[in-house]
Amino acid sequence: MLNYIKLIVLGLVAIFAMIAASYARDVAYQVHAILILAVSAGLFIWTLRHTDEPAAAVAPQNEYMDGVIRAGVIATSFWGVVGFAAGTFIAFQLAFPALNFEWAEGYANFGRLRPLHTSAVIFAFGGNALIATSFYVVQRTSAARLWGGNTAWFVFWGYQLFIVLAATGYLLGGTQSKEYAEPEWYVDLWLTVVWLAYLAVFVGTIVKRKEPHIYVANWFFLSFIITVAMLHVVNNLSIPVSIWGSKSVQVFSGVQDAMVQWWYGHNAVGFFLTAGFLGMMYYFVPKQAERPVFSYKLSIIHFWALIFLYIWAGPHHLHYTALPDWASTLGMVFSIILWMPSWGGMINGLMTLSGAWDKLRTDPVIRMMVISIGFYGMSTFEGPMMSIRAVNSLSHYTDWTIGHVHSGALGWNGMITFGALYYLVPKLWNRERLYSLQLVSWHFWLATIGIVLYAASMWVTGIMEGLMWREVDADGFLVWSFADTVAAKFPMLVVRGLGGVMFVAGSLIMVYNLWMTAKAAPAVDAEAAVAHATPAE
Amino acid sequence: MESYSLLRELADSWALLAMFSVFVGIVLWAFRPGSRAMHNDTANIPFRHDDKPLASVSGDPATSKEARKT
Repeated sequence: MLNYIKLIVLGLVAIFAMIAASYARDVAYQVHAILILAVSAGLFIWTLRHTDEPAAAVAPQNEYMDGVIRAGVIATSFWGVVGFAAGTFIAFQLAFPALNFEWAEGYANFGRLRPLHTSAVIFAFGGNALIATSFYVVQRTSAARLWGGNTAWFVFWGYQLFIVLAATGYLLGGTQSKEYAEPEWYVDLWLTVVWLAYLAVFVGTIVKRKEPHIYVANWFFLSFIITVAMLHVVNNLSIPVSIWGSKSVQVFSGVQDAMVQWWYGHNAVGFFLTAGFLGMMYYFVPKQAERPVFSYKLSIIHFWALIFLYIWAGPHHLHYTALPDWASTLGMVFSIILWMPSWGGMINGLMTLSGAWDKLRTDPVIRMMVISIGFYGMSTFEGPMMSIRAVNSLSHYTDWTIGHVHSGALGWNGMITFGALYYLVPKLWNRERLYSLQLVSWHFWLATIGIVLYAASMWVTGIMEGLMWREVDADGFLVWSFADTVAAKFPMLVVRGLGGVMFVAGSLIMVYNLWMTAKAAPAVDAEAAVAHATPAE
Repeated sequence: MESYSLLRELADSWALLAMFSVFVGIVLWAFRPGSRAMHNDTANIPFRHDDKPLASVSGDPATSKEARKT
């Protein structure tokens, strides 16, 4: 019966997409209509071939659902490499403008590729990592199989479709020009559907947990899912110009729109890139260190302090704008108060290793996790400092901001994800250990040195740029033109690009190592293998 | 009173106080006497069910206690 409903829905979607492709008012919309047509028609045929077949065996409730997590691990690694490579390429585009090729003008120039890079690393790499790890963690800490059967697969594939729609949209010009929220209205609607399904799977699993308490990592994951749903819906309130076109008009306008955008933007950092990844930290660091978190009380306070404070910090993106002073002061004050929970969390993560510090010498995976917590502490120190109005007057609009973002994104989000992937792959593919710890060390050093090159060069160029922009001579005239600052930045931009090359190289080593782990590392011995037995998905 | 001023008034006074009290309450609750045993137990959840879900009848406390010891 369910299959007939599926067939009707897929058929209607396919027909609508066909009509949309022919009436399309712009290229991005047309390409998307064709993509959706292909996906829905393919699914229609697939469902048709499986209709009225004998029903597949019901998945056993006494096994974890790990297939979707394996897929998530593969997707994370794939989109990670794509996103890092895109970032490195656009870094060199800034250093050598000739890389904005004539023949690709309008598709592959910096302006089109930049959102492709940011969304690929944040939403494709980070998002897949969060979905995969949250599904892993919520099952293990609830002692229950994922709720909702194949809904988890819908979340996975639905999210990949969102990524493809977003990425192709950027290249073809389908963007609403809101930073980190560029996808147009129909892509936003689709993401909302997928995200609510994600929320249902996650909450459903927590509800049927066998442990009396909800482990702290799940609190962080849950707050991330709920808050991102709220932020996404409010920030993307827009009215399409036509149902046959990708263009839409925002409901808010002027400074209200700017405030909503940065309320969204900063909390995307606060809940997507911080709370969600802290969920990873609170599970994988104790697991890898083989000891419980340093202080569970501190983790509770860490959680609630972040929840109560982060949501107010957005206005610090709008210092010296049309935003009222009281609002930007509010954002600044809350940003500075955030020092405390952030550092509380960092201390909690680091001190989890107390009594096991020797592992740093022998286990490069834990080294990766520790340096990620270090970068978390560093960037959550730097961020509040930059949110102070006087500092912001120097740092805003300069490369310092880009350096700050990358020490957080590459250092904290990247490294903790790599650590989690190195932990997960042997577990998920029933391997005794990783293929090569030496390669993990190579990855560690390449990535660390790459980040240091990146952050250091951006500090130099950012502060230089800020000082040049504000320098006036004795008569009160500006000393430098904008082009002067661009010329002066050249050597630092090249160093930044080299840092990116090292980071990409490290991630390629990781992909090779993980691949070889799944293919060639020794399997766990037979008896344990039965216990781990891969469920037939 | 227009809605902006009303909301502003509310946010500056009672809502602020309410949220702050809730936060302080949570912190005090975390430190309540007797919470240590529960927190130690909860902090050890990641080390219990690595391989497969707990197959007990849902909510059977005896079985989950059993699992906690291993």
